[in-house]
Amino acid sequence: MAVKRIRLPLSHDDVRGLRIGEVVSASGPLVTGRDAVQMRALDYHDRGKVVPKELEGATLFHCGPIMARGPNGWTVVAAGPTTSARMDKAGPEMIRTFSVRAVIGKGGMSQDVLEAMREVGCVYLAATGGTAVSLAESLPRVRGVEWEDLGMAEAMWLLEAENLGPLVVAMDAHGNSLYEDVRRSLKRS
Amino acid sequence: MSVIKLPESIEDVVVNLLRLANTKLPQDIGWALESAAAWEPNAIASTQLGAVLDNVRKAGLLGRPMCQDTGIPVFYVKGGYDPSIADAIARGVERATREIPLRPNTVDPLTRENDGRNLGRGMPVIHHLPSDGDYTEITVLVKGAGSENMTRLGMLDPSDGVAGVMRFVVDAVLDAGGRPCPPGVVGVGIGGMADECVAMAKRVLARPIDEENPDPVLREMEEDLFVRLNGSGLGPMGLGGSATVLAVRIDKAHCHTASLPVAVNIGCWATRRASVRLGAGDAVYSQGAWL
Ligand code: SF4
Repeated sequence: MAVKRIRLPLSHDDVRGLRIGEVVSASGPLVTGRDAVQMRALDYHDRGKVVPKELEGATLFHCGPIMARGPNGWTVVAAGPTTSARMDKAGPEMIRTFSVRAVIGKGGMSQDVLEAMREVGCVYLAATGGTAVSLAESLPRVRGVEWEDLGMAEAMWLLEAENLGPLVVAMDAHGNSLYEDVRRSLKRS
Repeated sequence: MSVIKLPESIEDVVVNLLRLANTKLPQDIGWALESAAAWEPNAIASTQLGAVLDNVRKAGLLGRPMCQDTGIPVFYVKGGYDPSIADAIARGVERATREIPLRPNTVDPLTRENDGRNLGRGMPVIHHLPSDGDYTEITVLVKGAGSENMTRLGMLDPSDGVAGVMRFVVDAVLDAGGRPCPPGVVGVGIGGMADECVAMAKRVLARPIDEENPDPVLREMEEDLFVRLNGSGLGPMGLGGSATVLAVRIDKAHCHTASLPVAVNIGCWATRRASVRLGAGDAVYSQGAWL
């Protein structure tokens, strides 16, 4: 299957050009963030406190990586996607507040998130669950870390991707969800 | 049952078991994934299976855990039982967490405190299976949260019968969708009491999937469920396709005449296990469990 190469961060037009069922590999900067990052980012924003600028228009990777600190700084040891449904509740607000352009995760997100994605211009890219070694290899550079006090798995890691993939466009900015399509046509007999 | 004095190095044995289980997929699971990839007609699904196989190869080469969720290890100790084995296993888990390294996953359920050792109250999980052999076998099954969280127990009505049991299993797997990282192994327990029913559903995941179920009725149910689930269209990671499960394994136990318990415990594509046999000679390791 043809794999489309995409460059991060995605522009609004890039996002609109992606359709569910496409398979891509991504290069460029991204940030990790899951439950704790999402909660703190929205809380700080509400209270007018400074939020790392990398979140604006970001590619947000739902991932709690295993990191190692060597003589030349941090490296990614293992970085698989975590279950995105845990971020469903504050997901729409997160996407709207920071104009998140892409979310990378596994398992998909709710209809409310899909609606926010359509409105803002954001896509959901499904990474293959559990493939932590391969994905870590495609994250060769660590540019920094924010909110390290949240712990290794919950901190916001600023990473550089090189052909990270395969990523399946599973929810697009036109209101389509591959998960919904699959669910609707499941044969239970 | 005889009490057997275990070798001093049981702690080392546990570190070896955890390293083996986390870095190398058992051959039967690997073959099943490869054959699923060869048969898969859906193009997106093929990319997912390809990514999984690629990842397994790299993990083996680099000696790294194949998934970042190194789970909670479940130990099955079969045969002679020296009570000191629990402490030795705990020391092994703590060392493996540091040395391999494994992700520190165990927390207090309420405060969510994590002391980083993968230990704590009730940990490590150890089940003792009596046997009259003159050796002791330890099998570890590594269980991640993505699949464990999809566990279901149903106390069905006896009148629901076999059809009700089948329906319950199909719904449990399809409702779980992509969350347990399919395709994996579906463990099913039928009968027993509630706790034993769930225990059976998990224990069968520790058995090689290429080993035939000795019970012809259960075997037929396994085959039937395998066909139904792989015809459902859920596919790898719930993104659509054919490969939804690698195998279905069922065990049963007698239950109360007014009960029909059914439990489903799912193993992800990374159904990780390793065993060791300790007897008079050297420790013998295997990833085709003897359970
Ligand atoms: S379900 Fe299994 S393969 Fe997927 S992330 Fe969890 S442990 Fe890893």
